Amino acid sequence: MCVALPGKVVELNGNLATVDFNGNKVVADSGLVNVAIGDNVLVHAGCIIQKMDDKLADEMNELFNEIEGLSI
Amino acid sequence: MKITMAHGSGGESTSQLIRDVFAKHFHNEILDKLEDSAVVPGSGRLAVTTDSFVVTPILFPGGDIGRLCVCGTVNDLLMSGAKPMYLTCGCILEEGLDIDVLDKVIASMAETANEAGIKIITGDTKVIENKGGKSGLIINTSGVGFIEDSLDVPGPFKLQDEDRIIISGNLGDHHAAILGTRMGIYTNIVSDAAPLCEMVGKLLDNGIRVHAMRDVTRGGLGTVLNEFSSSSKCTIELEEEALPVSPAVKDFCGILGLDPMYMGNEGKMVLSVHKDDAERAVSLIKESKYGENCCIIGKVVKSEESAENNSVVLNTKIGGRRIIGLMYGEGLPRIC
Amino acid sequence: MKNMDLKDIVRALKEYDGPEVRIMEVCGTHTAAISENGIPSMLSDKIKLISGPGCPVCVTVTAVIDKLVELSMREDTIVLTFGDLIRVKGSKKSLADAKADGAHVKMVYSPMETVKLAEEDPSHTYVFAAIGFETTTPVYAMVLEKAIEKDIKNLKLLTSLKTMPQVIRWVVKNGGDLDGFIAPGHVATITGSDEYKELSEELGIPFVVSGFEGPQLLMTIYALVSMKGQTGIRNMYKGAVSEKGNTKAKEIVDKYFTESDASWRGMGKIPGSGMVLREEYRQYDAGSLDLDEDHMPPGCCCASVLVGKIKPSDCPLFGKSCTPDNAHGACMVSTEGSCYNFFVSGRK
Repeated sequence: MCVALPGKVVELNGNLATVDFNGNKVVADSGLVNVAIGDNVLVHAGCIIQKMDDKLADEMNELFNEIEGLSI
Repeated sequence: MKITMAHGSGGESTSQLIRDVFAKHFHNEILDKLEDSAVVPGSGRLAVTTDSFVVTPILFPGGDIGRLCVCGTVNDLLMSGAKPMYLTCGCILEEGLDIDVLDKVIASMAETANEAGIKIITGDTKVIENKGGKSGLIINTSGVGFIEDSLDVPGPFKLQDEDRIIISGNLGDHHAAILGTRMGIYTNIVSDAAPLCEMVGKLLDNGIRVHAMRDVTRGGLGTVLNEFSSSSKCTIELEEEALPVSPAVKDFCGILGLDPMYMGNEGKMVLSVHKDDAERAVSLIKESKYGENCCIIGKVVKSEESAENNSVVLNTKIGGRRIIGLMYGEGLPRIC
Repeated sequence: MKNMDLKDIVRALKEYDGPEVRIMEVCGTHTAAISENGIPSMLSDKIKLISGPGCPVCVTVTAVIDKLVELSMREDTIVLTFGDLIRVKGSKKSLADAKADGAHVKMVYSPMETVKLAEEDPSHTYVFAAIGFETTTPVYAMVLEKAIEKDIKNLKLLTSLKTMPQVIRWVVKNGGDLDGFIAPGHVATITGSDEYKELSEELGIPFVVSGFEGPQLLMTIYALVSMKGQTGIRNMYKGAVSEKGNTKAKEIVDKYFTESDASWRGMGKIPGSGMVLREEYRQYDAGSLDLDEDHMPPGCCCASVLVGKIKPSDCPLFGKSCTPDNAHGACMVSTEGSCYNFFVSGRK
């Protein structure tokens, strides 16, 4: 339902954050999340909606930990 | 200076515009005669194509409407196996258009035509009223090319079993560059608008058995391959792993919910080539200007089953099979 | 499962031969990602994926489109919208049709642009077509926050905002038998996974929060197959989804919006399944209340499709008179729609 993509905050100007996605830059509102330069964030419709936890992001180990004990 | 209705009056303002902009950039022995019709030599099989160009913005990262119209028309000729020879140029200018912008566009047309080895032999200019909004520029170009008598002209209905599908470079750059400027996304992506003369010339000169060849423009790779598969009654199997998409374009698509499979290019072509010639075709394209990212992305399967039920199938990275259908609508950014 | 790798998951999902498991995803981006990764082809016949009401475009009733069309025809009004809403037909016209007739419709990437446009051009009223779920509502709240801060009066929202929990309850009660839900990943970044934990206990069905990459989706499906018949929640999108979600976003939503009943395409009015502007901010509303009318073309089965009672291909219109180029129901319009995805990906 909601297209959102993780990118990196590269510039902050008040409540406006420039977020880089592999060279594409979107100026996103950071009013919903406290962010700092270098943070990985999810941007949806021009707003940062969440910070991504780098340690947990997309790590396959994490996914396997989550299904620990499950089998089909 | 801006374009006014007087520039379309046919009077001195028109002549001045032609002199100051068009004649300044376009000149060759045929055009310079300024006759009602250009008279050129030619015989045998001719390829003729026409296309009209409207793009916002007129000047965009990596090109402009002038480069675009020459590349578009030249590439259409090339795809029929023709050597591009002559080009016409009809410009419809909207009142209020900046003459500096027009000058840039016409200079760029001249430069691109020069690069592609095609001659602009006749032209026309009209001015239309601005009905509100930004002042635009519409260009129509028709192209004429010559086809060698001995050439078996490639076509979408000529794909053969086990042909390899080759793409000449990365997908989606032009579309992303244009859309980025419209949607307020700053990007390093530049349009790939380019004439593909060198690579096509090399393939034909070296006798590569090209069964079908198409430039990947509006509608993207998915659209071209669907046409190939339905015209030739075959299945086309693509490998997602092999599809060349730059990381920037991949993320650009991610931001707007677009699929690179349907993103337009202006300097890429897709070919169906006899399997024994495929590797050689890739090296020839890679040696050519604009062909560095060329690769094989899939193959053709022709069987009784495919004759009944032709489709384009993508083997995904994680091992799934996805049918690449036709594109519907305009390929609008999706957000929710 | 430390010793497992993705190959084992892939094999298990293909070879699964237990009782049938019916899994619903309620997020259009999941629907699109499932198609893009070719996931249906990787599953045993005993595992069925059903696309639920998770595409905001697909669940918007025709009255909302009609209202937007009407607003866009006004001399002094400009309607701003996301791309895929443009093609959805109201009872007569879509915004694209209206635009072709000269109406003022503009597509934007972010609702935040509304503030800028309204500020620069005080002679027009800018109306944003504010559709969406919990992920997008905070963005609309930010638009209002900015507009109020800058004292902009010529900005309004036409809201058709939906929330997940009530519609999930409704689908479980009224829909085809479901054994598990892929919880919407980006909604959960805002609401937190706890909301789905509670729902799981209440409904007796497992939920797994998933991201949007192929491997995440496969492991989510694996977990749900394994959890059939149990309650509980797993989180396969921990990088973005916490238990509590985004508190700041929830607070700002609460400041401007309040829970309401909402009409869903083909499903009627579902109590407590939407959000509207609070009374004190109604001057920013472009007329969103009571937009309930839902003009369903005869034969259209959007409703049964959205709750998983039938597959898109079971609808008598599917692929015949209803195609993406001539969509009757909204599910065929959006690239996230169930019918659209079935149609273009050749799912049967």
